[in-house]
Amino acid sequence: MSTDQVLAASAAPAPQDITARRAETDRRADRAFRYLVTGAGIFVLLALAGAALSMLWGGKLAFSTFGFSFLTSTDWDAVGHKFGALVPIYGTLVTAIIAMLIAVPVSFGIALFLTEVAPPWLRTPVASAIELLAGIPSIIYGMWGLFVFVPVMSSTVIPFLNKYLGGLPLLGPLFQGPPLGIGMLTAGIVLAIMVIPFISSVMREVFLTVPTRLKESAYALGSTTWEVAWNVVLPYTRSAVIGGIFLGLGRALGETMAVTFVLGNAHHLTASLLMPGNSIAATIANEFSEADSQIYQSSLIALGFLLFIVTFVVLAIAKLMLMRLNRNEGNR
Amino acid sequence: MSAISEKLYRRRRLKNNLALALASAATLFGLFWLVWILWTTLVNGIGALKPELFYQMTPPPGEDGGLANAFFGSILMSLLAILMGTPVGILAGTFLAEYARRSVLGEAIRFVNDILLSAPSIVLGLFVYTLVVRQMGHFSGLAGAITLALIVLPVVVRTTDEMLKLVPSQMREAALSLGIPQWKVTVQVLYRSALPGIVTGVLLALARISGETAPLLFTALNNQFWSHDIAGPLASVPVVVFQYAMSPYDTWHVLAWAGAFMVTVFVLCISLIARAIIARRKVAND
Repeated sequence: MSTDQVLAASAAPAPQDITARRAETDRRADRAFRYLVTGAGIFVLLALAGAALSMLWGGKLAFSTFGFSFLTSTDWDAVGHKFGALVPIYGTLVTAIIAMLIAVPVSFGIALFLTEVAPPWLRTPVASAIELLAGIPSIIYGMWGLFVFVPVMSSTVIPFLNKYLGGLPLLGPLFQGPPLGIGMLTAGIVLAIMVIPFISSVMREVFLTVPTRLKESAYALGSTTWEVAWNVVLPYTRSAVIGGIFLGLGRALGETMAVTFVLGNAHHLTASLLMPGNSIAATIANEFSEADSQIYQSSLIALGFLLFIVTFVVLAIAKLMLMRLNRNEGNR
Repeated sequence: MSAISEKLYRRRRLKNNLALALASAATLFGLFWLVWILWTTLVNGIGALKPELFYQMTPPPGEDGGLANAFFGSILMSLLAILMGTPVGILAGTFLAEYARRSVLGEAIRFVNDILLSAPSIVLGLFVYTLVVRQMGHFSGLAGAITLALIVLPVVVRTTDEMLKLVPSQMREAALSLGIPQWKVTVQVLYRSALPGIVTGVLLALARISGETAPLLFTALNNQFWSHDIAGPLASVPVVVFQYAMSPYDTWHVLAWAGAFMVTVFVLCISLIARAIIARRKVAND
């Protein structure tokens, strides 16, 4: 700027020259700023692509050594250099399924309570409190799980499950096992507590988008609150509710610390939910800094790649489902 | 006829009451865990608080010590992460809101950003491991900070994008009609209007990274001693808490609770401040 002024003073050009030059510098600055922000935007794209590619590259050795059997083998032998991902994959899926079975109905209940049942003065504080749950770092859930919840599981819940559910014909084997406290059921419950705030806050928000007109028409026809929720609110918001559920699922699949504390880091495949297991994220967290051979490390990165792909797909579905409700709204 | 409808009506009422009771029970269920977890952290944490925490180093098993090096490492890495993630995040958010509001590229970036926002942090740790740690040949605080910056980035992008969209377009038009170039309008008018929102985003990002453990396990690793060398391994509170909590030693457990308590209090304070900023802004806008 100052050089411009000096130049302008020395040459003493006509006023229109100054404005022309000024317009030129502005144009240049605008273009530079545009490049800068575009570059930053593209950096976001590159970060995700880079994450995927770097893990594919890091896991290349494992994929090429074990081929397809990496996905189907239960081996996890650091000494014999034999690695298979089936146990962590199984553990990840089972804990996430347990978490969703608990979290989805509870979250629906919370969202229903906060939008239709609770008196208005109670809604904001309770919603804020539930959202606080989402802010607590996952390592706190893990510590609480290990020191407080695991003893409760082993002294009370697991003996109870053994006694009453262990004898059932089909589901029985799921609930048989020693009262260790640590295991897939415990991890699933802790995960459920962690994802409830995410799912319930999405559900609450989308329930609030239902036009009052629609709900009041149903009330005018004599519907009960439950009938309005089930037959009007839920169908209207179905895609976004599914999106919220998938968002929670994405969290549950990738959650690391809480699961690492209470899952037990055991590479066995067992039918019982009460036995220790492993998940992809927990395996990486537990073993990565100790992985002493190329193939060991590569196998762990390959596990990370699998986790990335699965969560990417789940989160993409979530996002598409949530976008659908927005589009519906826009059309009206 | 009326007997039948009476019966049907009663059944519908019963079903309604049952469902609403279950919804209330679900809310109590959710609050129950919140209270239980916070109470546990509070009781164990307050019992473990002592002044040595802040000036003694993390001890070997069986000895007394504090968490001074871990606090310092956490603060240093979080600060670096905010310094790296925030400018890029604000610029990318500006791109989305001001330059690519309806374009395909903008939609693609927004989509990817939302996925980054919920992507498992451990995956980002692996990414930085292959990108930085493997190239440098050793674990480092810098790698940890870069990982945390990747967690900060999507949060800031998202809030900047949303906050800039809330700025009324009259403000842009008024400024542009005075002949001010667009970059100046953005920096001096729009940013000023969106500032409280962007600050909230940075605070939320800070809250998120201060408890982040998984990706630091194999980027910053850990360091038992005082270190301010970001090119070398660096301790952090969450990693120390993890290591100490998983150990069999009681003295380490106590320190782990103290660290957990400090992190929780810090995170909750930050989110309350962020909430207060948002609430004040809403009132001001009405």
